[in-house]
This record gives sequence, C-alpha cells and structure tokens, in this order.
Amino acid sequence: MSDNTKNLIEGRTGMWEVVLGLEVHAQVISKAKLFSGAATAFGAEPNSQVSLVDAAFPGMLPVINEICVEQAVRTGLGLNAEINLKSVFDRKNYFYADLPAGYQISQYTQPIVGKGTIILDLPDGSRREVGITRLHLEQDAGKSLHDQHPSKSYIDLNRAGVALMEIVSEPDMRSSDEAAAYLKKLRSILRYLGTCDGNMDEGSMRCDVNVSVRKPGDPYGTRCEIKNVNSIRYVAQAIEHEARRQIEIIEDGGTIKQETRLYDPNRGETRPMRSKEEAHDYRYFPDPDLLPLILEQSFVDGIKAGLPELPDAKHERFVKEFGLSDYDAGVLVAERETAAFYEQAAKGRDPKLTANWVISELFGLLNKEGKTITESPISAAQLGELVGLIQDNTISGRIAKEVFAAMLETGKSAPAIVEEKGLRQVTDTGAIDAAIDDILAKNADKVAEYRGGKDKLFGFFVGQVMKATGGKANPAMLNERLKAKLQG
Amino acid sequence: MSELTHLTMAAALEGLKAKKFSSRELTDAYLAAMEKHRDLNAYITETPDKARAMADAADQRRAKSEANGLMDGLPIGIKDLFCTDGVLTTAGSHILDGFKPTYESTVTTNLWRHGAVMLGKLNLDEFAMGSSNETSYHGPVINPWKRKNSDVKLVPGGSSGGSAAAVAARLAMAATGTDTGGSIRQPCAFTGTTGIKPTYGRCSRWGIVAFASSLDQAGPMARSVEDCAIMLSAMAGHDPKDSTSVDVAVPDFRKALTGDIRGLKVGIPKEYRLDGLSPEIAKLWDEGVAWLKAAGAEIKEISLPHTKYALPTYYIIAPAEASSNLARYDGVRFGLRVPGKTLDEMYELTREAGFGKEVKRRVMIGTYVLSAGYYDAYYLKAQRLRALIARDFTEAFKDIDVVLTPSTPSAAFGAGEQSDDPIAMYLNDVFTVTVNLAGLPGISVPAGLDSQGLPLGLQLIGRAFDEETLFRVGQVVEKSANFTAVPAGY
Amino acid sequence: MSLDTKAVAHIATLARIRVPEQDLAGLAKELNGIMTWVEQLNEVDTTGVEPMTGVEQRGLPQRPDVVNDGAMPDKILANAPEPAHGFFTVPKVVE
Repeated sequence: MSDNTKNLIEGRTGMWEVVLGLEVHAQVISKAKLFSGAATAFGAEPNSQVSLVDAAFPGMLPVINEICVEQAVRTGLGLNAEINLKSVFDRKNYFYADLPAGYQISQYTQPIVGKGTIILDLPDGSRREVGITRLHLEQDAGKSLHDQHPSKSYIDLNRAGVALMEIVSEPDMRSSDEAAAYLKKLRSILRYLGTCDGNMDEGSMRCDVNVSVRKPGDPYGTRCEIKNVNSIRYVAQAIEHEARRQIEIIEDGGTIKQETRLYDPNRGETRPMRSKEEAHDYRYFPDPDLLPLILEQSFVDGIKAGLPELPDAKHERFVKEFGLSDYDAGVLVAERETAAFYEQAAKGRDPKLTANWVISELFGLLNKEGKTITESPISAAQLGELVGLIQDNTISGRIAKEVFAAMLETGKSAPAIVEEKGLRQVTDTGAIDAAIDDILAKNADKVAEYRGGKDKLFGFFVGQVMKATGGKANPAMLNERLKAKLQG
Repeated sequence: MSELTHLTMAAALEGLKAKKFSSRELTDAYLAAMEKHRDLNAYITETPDKARAMADAADQRRAKSEANGLMDGLPIGIKDLFCTDGVLTTAGSHILDGFKPTYESTVTTNLWRHGAVMLGKLNLDEFAMGSSNETSYHGPVINPWKRKNSDVKLVPGGSSGGSAAAVAARLAMAATGTDTGGSIRQPCAFTGTTGIKPTYGRCSRWGIVAFASSLDQAGPMARSVEDCAIMLSAMAGHDPKDSTSVDVAVPDFRKALTGDIRGLKVGIPKEYRLDGLSPEIAKLWDEGVAWLKAAGAEIKEISLPHTKYALPTYYIIAPAEASSNLARYDGVRFGLRVPGKTLDEMYELTREAGFGKEVKRRVMIGTYVLSAGYYDAYYLKAQRLRALIARDFTEAFKDIDVVLTPSTPSAAFGAGEQSDDPIAMYLNDVFTVTVNLAGLPGISVPAGLDSQGLPLGLQLIGRAFDEETLFRVGQVVEKSANFTAVPAGY
Repeated sequence: MSLDTKAVAHIATLARIRVPEQDLAGLAKELNGIMTWVEQLNEVDTTGVEPMTGVEQRGLPQRPDVVNDGAMPDKILANAPEPAHGFFTVPKVVE
C-alpha cells in the first residue's frame, strides 16, 4: 500500500482512500442448467426454457449438472485457488417474484473453491496481486420486467436455475482503475478457460461492488454494495460517484449506512434499492434434497492437466521467448484469440516485428472497423507472410503499409501484390548508385552546401533518391551508398 | 360384490389370474363402496372414469396374457400428496386450490406401470402435518372403527389418515402413504391396517409434495404384510431425478416371507417402556415378544439412550425444512392467489388464507429455528442430536437384527380430543419418529384389539435396506396375532 | 428464551404470513410452549458430534450436461393465476 498515494481522493478534510471488493457473478458455460435439463441459451421466448424444477413445482427435485461442477473446478484452478474436495449446497431463503422456490440453492459455509489470487495489469504497466476469497456455485434467478404493464411486473423464468459462479475478491483494490483491471483480467482468465463468455451486455458476467472509504491507515469504513453494474466503464463510474458520495456524507458529519444501492448511469449516481431495504435474514441451511458434493483428487488433477496456458504464463513466455516488451506482451495476451492470432502470425517470423504489426497496424484497422480479432479481414497466415517479406528485405516497412492496404482492398496475398505491383525492394547497388548519381548531379548546389557543413541536407537527398526509385530502394543500402558518395 | 372388497391383493391377483372376476368388476365394487361411505371423507377426489378405463385396460392385458405387472388390475387409492397428471392434487391444503399437475410422481408412475388402477386421491393432514387427519382443508377423516357401544367419532391417525381409513373400510385394496415422523405407521395402527415406511432413499420423492425432505419417505398401506411386500416391490426403485434416491436393487419382497425367523435376534429397547405407557399396550408388546420367541427368535434387551430426545429433535428439523419447502406456495405460479397491492402483500395474504393453523405454526417454528442468532442453538443442536439418535441404532444393530416396539402409545382417540394441545398431538409419534431420523425402515402390523375393541399395532424396525427382515418378522407377528377383526359395517 | 409478540411478528414477516395483530399474543404463547419443550435438548452434551444433515453419506450423484427438459411454456403456465403474454405476473415491483 506504500505507493498508493496516487490513488487517494482529496476531500475537504484531507485525503481519502477508497476500499473496493468485487463480487462477480459469472454464468457458467453449459448447455443445460445447474439443477435441471432446461436450456441456457440467451434470448429465447419467455418461459420457453423452464423445467418443472426451475419453476419450483410441488415435488420437484434438483440433480446437479456435472459440467457445471467441472467448470467451477477449472475456474478455481485458473485462479490459483484451493479446490475443496467436499463442498455443500445450502438454501438461501428469501421471497422474491423471480425466485420460484423461495430459496436459491447456493453454497455458504463450504464452497467448492477457496482462496486464490489474480494478478492485475494496471494501465501504468505495473502489476498487482489481488486475493480471491472464494468461488461458489449457485442458481441464477429469473427476470422481472417492470415496464410491460402499468400495475404488474412480468416474470420470465428462462434464466432461473442457470449456473453461476460467484467469485468474491478480498477488499484489496484501491481505485476504479484497479477494479476495472480486475474485471478485465478475470474476464480474460474465464475466457481462456472457456468457463464463462464474459459477456456483460447479455448479463453473463455481472458485478456487485463493495465500496467503502477511510483515511489512510484507519480501519475499514462501513461499506455499501452497488448491485448489478453491467459494464466495466459503469463499474469505474459507479465507484467514483459512490466514493465521492460517502466522503461528502462523512465530511458533513454523517455516517454511512450499510445498504444495497443501484447505479444509474444516466444520472451518474447511486441510489438505495427499494426492494432490498428490509433487513435480510437468509436462514441458510444445507439443502436436504442434495448430498455433499465429493470430488476425487484425480478428477481435479485431470482438469488441471488439461488447463490451457493462461494469460500470465503466456505473458511471461512472450517476454522471455520472443523478447517482447511487457507492454506488448500484455496487449497480446489480454484476449485468448489475439494471443493465438499473434502466435500463428509469428510462427517462423521475427516475433517483435510481428508484434508491432499486430498491435499498431492490425489493431488500428480493427478499431476503425469496429471488428474483433476473430472477424479480422486479414488472417494470421496472411499477416505472417507480409512480415516475412519485410524480414527478408523483399519490401521495406513503408512499402509494407501499402501492401497491407492493398491486401485489405483485394483480399490477395502479400507476395502476389508485391509481384503484381512490382514493389520488390531495390537492393542492386548499381541501380541505387545510378539513382544517387543522378540526384547529386541535379543538385550540385545542395551537395556543396552539405559538404560545407549543412548535415541536415542528408535527409533531403534520401528523400529524393527514394522518390526516384518509387520508394523501393533498400533504405539501409541507400544510406550507406549516399553517405559514401557525399563524402566524395 | 362386497366379497370382492374383502380380498387381499394377493388373493385378488389369484382371482384375476383364474378369471374368477375381472379388474373392472373389482374396481366397480370399490367405486360402489367409496360412494356408499363418503361420510368417512377418506377421498378428496374420486376418479371413477380413470379407474374404469385403467381397469378395462388391465382386463385387456389379462386377456392377451400381457398382465405382467406386480399389481395388474388392482384398484388402489393415492394419498393426495402425490402429484398426478391432470388430476387435482391438493396436499390437503387450500393453497393448492385448483392445482392440476402436468406431471406424474415417480412412485405412482411405477404403480401404473405395474398395472395398478387409480380410484382417487386420499385425504390427509395439510401438507402431511398432523397425527389425526384433522388439519386437512378438506375436512377431517373419520376412522371406520368405533369404540364398543359408542358412537364417538374417532380419528384415523395421520397424516395418511385417508389412506388408512380407506384401506380399513375396504374403500381401496391398498393405498400409498408417506411417512415423515410416523404418518404411515401411526394411522395403520389406529385402523388395524399394515404399513411400512421403507428405508430413506428406497422410494423416489420426485413428484411428492415435500414436507421435510430429509425425512419424507413413501410407502404402502394395505391389509396384510404380503400385500405391503407386493406393493413396495412395485413402488420402489432408483430414480435419477431424485438425488437422494439410492441405486440398490429392489428385491421381490414376497420371497422374503418364509415364516422362518429361527435364530433371529430381536431387540427390545428399554427406553420405549415409557412412564405411563398404557397397560394394554405394554401387554401387547409382551405378547409380541412371546410370539417371536415361540417362533425361534432370540430376544435381547437393548438401549437406545437418546430416544426421549427424538421428538423435540424432529420438531426442529421437520419444521425447519418445511418452512423452506413451503416457500414456493406464493400465489405466483400455481394454486391460490389472494390479490394484494404489493408483491409482499400478495404473498402475506395468500399464505394467510392458504395455510391452515398447524402448517402456519410449523412454518413459523421452522423460520425461527433457522433465523439469525438461533440457528446454532436450535437447528444445529437438533442435527447433532439426530446424529446421536442414528448412532444409537447403529450400535444396537451390531447385536440384533430387528427391533420390536409398540407402534403408538395409545389406540385411536376421539375427534377433537387432542387438537388443542400441539405437544400432546406430537407425542403420538413418540415410537415412530426415531426411525425417520435414522433413515431406517419400520413396519406397523395390527396385533390385537384393546378393551374398547380398537386395533393396536406393533412396530418392527430394521437395518437400512433390510425391509426383507421386516416383512418376514412382520408376517410372523401377523400370523401369531391372527388379527381378523374388521370395523363393523364394512 | 421467550418470544414476544414483536418477535413473532418479525418471524411472520420473514415467513410472509400475515398474522392479525390480535392473534399475535396467542401465537406467541403457543410457539413459546413448543420452544420450551424442545429446549430439553440442551440436557445433552453434543460437543464434538458432527451434525447429521441427512441420512446418506455417499456423494452427490451428477447428471450429464444434456438439454432434455424445458421447452414447454404452456405446461409451465398452465396453473398460473394470472398469466399474460407468456409471463407470470405479480403486483408491480419497484427496485
């Protein structure tokens, strides 16, 4: 915490530290629900993916989906966490319109995954470890629609019973940047693992933020929980607003009331949730319809053996093996697909050169067109070919940009375009010498000035020769020959 | 016709096989009896059309020699706690007003697969909470038995009171029951019928309205040990839809009825000899001991030291689970809805109107013992006691094969006699509730009449999944007792 | 330990059962009677005894990840008190 001064917020009474813990609900990637055989697909007709179990009809009983268990264990391993070989499902009892049974099956005292860690990659390039408290499996609730009728709420149970992983962090974060970095990293890991698609728009990853403020060095303040913030940007905004709100209250002599709040992105403020006003008493107890979940160590080991290389390991390898900068490695590993694209393009090529092309040229293009890496109009193999042409001096970097543009336009490969347009770099000393001689002859006055000490004119000669060769002269060779000739 | 309704299932199966009568004739005889004795209020819903159609189908199978089911053509009643596809299912409660499931419970599905014929849905205490069948929204059930020279209406016991009364009064050959603390065995004892609560996990709970999930178990109620054996073979079996259903083979329980109990070790728990145990019950128990000894069994006194804590343990665990299980009755997706201005008001008004007094009492107790600050003192304490009660049995079964006890501390009592005092009512289950807590099988067999002419039962408790021993010993008790009494007028 | 009418009212709220004001005292008396009776469990020293949550000690059975249920909105809504446009309905909720 020593270098945390940069994160402090200035109030009237001095500097404040914001303390953040995140609870992320990540929808497990599975075909069927946690305790029923109904489908989990997004966007279906209302109540069309609901079994009798999900709707809590009398006498219905839950049976657990093995893939959901496997996904939770996989995620736990991806978060360097302890896997509990015995875990227990509890009932969390409360009444709500979209909670058909009047209880949610969750895990309370004995979750499937215990303590773990996650490493944040912060915008300034630094890295920071945040503790994971636990991960447990639980059922999602249904959806209430409040805007369909003047006096009624409509209930759709399609989502009721879908498996969620609730991933709880330690209160280790100190700024909205860190919270955003946490969410990005967690989402990246979940996507690498294939356990959650991390899609916040569709609600498959949702975030509750616990926010409190304190004077540096003081004990933790009273926290407020901001529910269901559905984008990383809003999480950051909600934190800023909530921290400001709390600081103002305390500085005005008030105290913070522990409560659940909602973030309203339109108004840029948080407000208390009416439905959560009443103090809760969830009356957790072990679900008598389910037995303890017992896992074999060999089952866990099997999943561990099959884990993909995760972003941190990949990052380290990119730096070590490819000599990439921390920054470039970080950018390339953030998404599994990007890393895969890069590795394919870099196969047999100069890894640093490839990284530059992926990060500056390709990302620039994708950003402009609003596309993801998987939708890239230029394949990894095609980009690799282009890098290859630069690497073996067939074309210069500058020409390569032209080729890149032509590839986009025509869909043709880089070698084909180079041949077609005759863009092959001139490396013939005779041809380069001839071009230099011609330019020097036409500019005798400038040659004299140069020789008289006006070194800046070197660039002028380079430009003129390049122009004369249609940009195809090998730049290194041109420099070398030009220098020799000018020195006469 | 009335002769048909006096046959046991075993005898009726012989008659059907020999084409002495058809399933339709048998079924019509029962439908007529049901109509005649509606005053007992045993059935909430009669399903005569369905019964006749199923009977006709059974007769057609018989004609084609395809009647392979264990109960092919036998008409039975179903406790109205089992969900039946398209047939009103009430759990004895107003809150399930008009509820017609779109699904069929696993146990009833098994019974229909074995060719059984459904006569209707039997009355019960609301959500199976009660020991007298007086808590049903559909009114109390009357016990067909009466005290000598008395017209006082007696309760049939509960919660499977409709099932017991129907079987005793010959309004069904047999019936399904469920037993959470004694709800099969106590009404069987009160009506001179036989019923077994199988080992927890033996019968699927899928499609049975839940009361207390860790204790509920379905079982047969019939007029002989053999009939119970037949019916349990048809009902039981592993169900992947119930995570607590156990994957063990279901034997043909009839094969266990060898009559040979020589060398079997029978435990007599000293703690069951309660202070103030009625002398008649004590005498019957002694007779039972004598019968088994005479049949070659070895009698041993055993100790089940935590017995006296079983009822209070039960009255924490069962309401706790029930308070959660009954949260789904909220007026949103099925059953009764009392409109309210807000969601919470709708919940509160619906549940106020929909639940009866005893159900509310238990939901409140259950809510309380699970609530913050009380969980450890009550719920967790009760679970530790439950472990000790189960351990008592585990220890005892190291030395013995079966336990013999009375089924109930008294014979059937009069309507209204105990309904004002919940604890007095709860004490009806004092001999049966330990079995549920330990998850063991227990059978109640009618063993004699008291001085007022009312039936009394003896209970046998076995090891987990050893229902066969219970049937074998139970039949020895049955034969020794030679219980042939039938309530007057039936 | 004794439950007063305020505590009973709180339990009733948690359980979402309306209890008329005039019934609270009587209900408190009944519940207290039962709770006093169950408190005899305190006679038993249960130190070190593992709580028994259920009868079985084997692990939880699991099912394969197969979609074989759902897709029956008509059945799901068949018993609903006031369905509308394929939804269940409740009095409007303000979050």
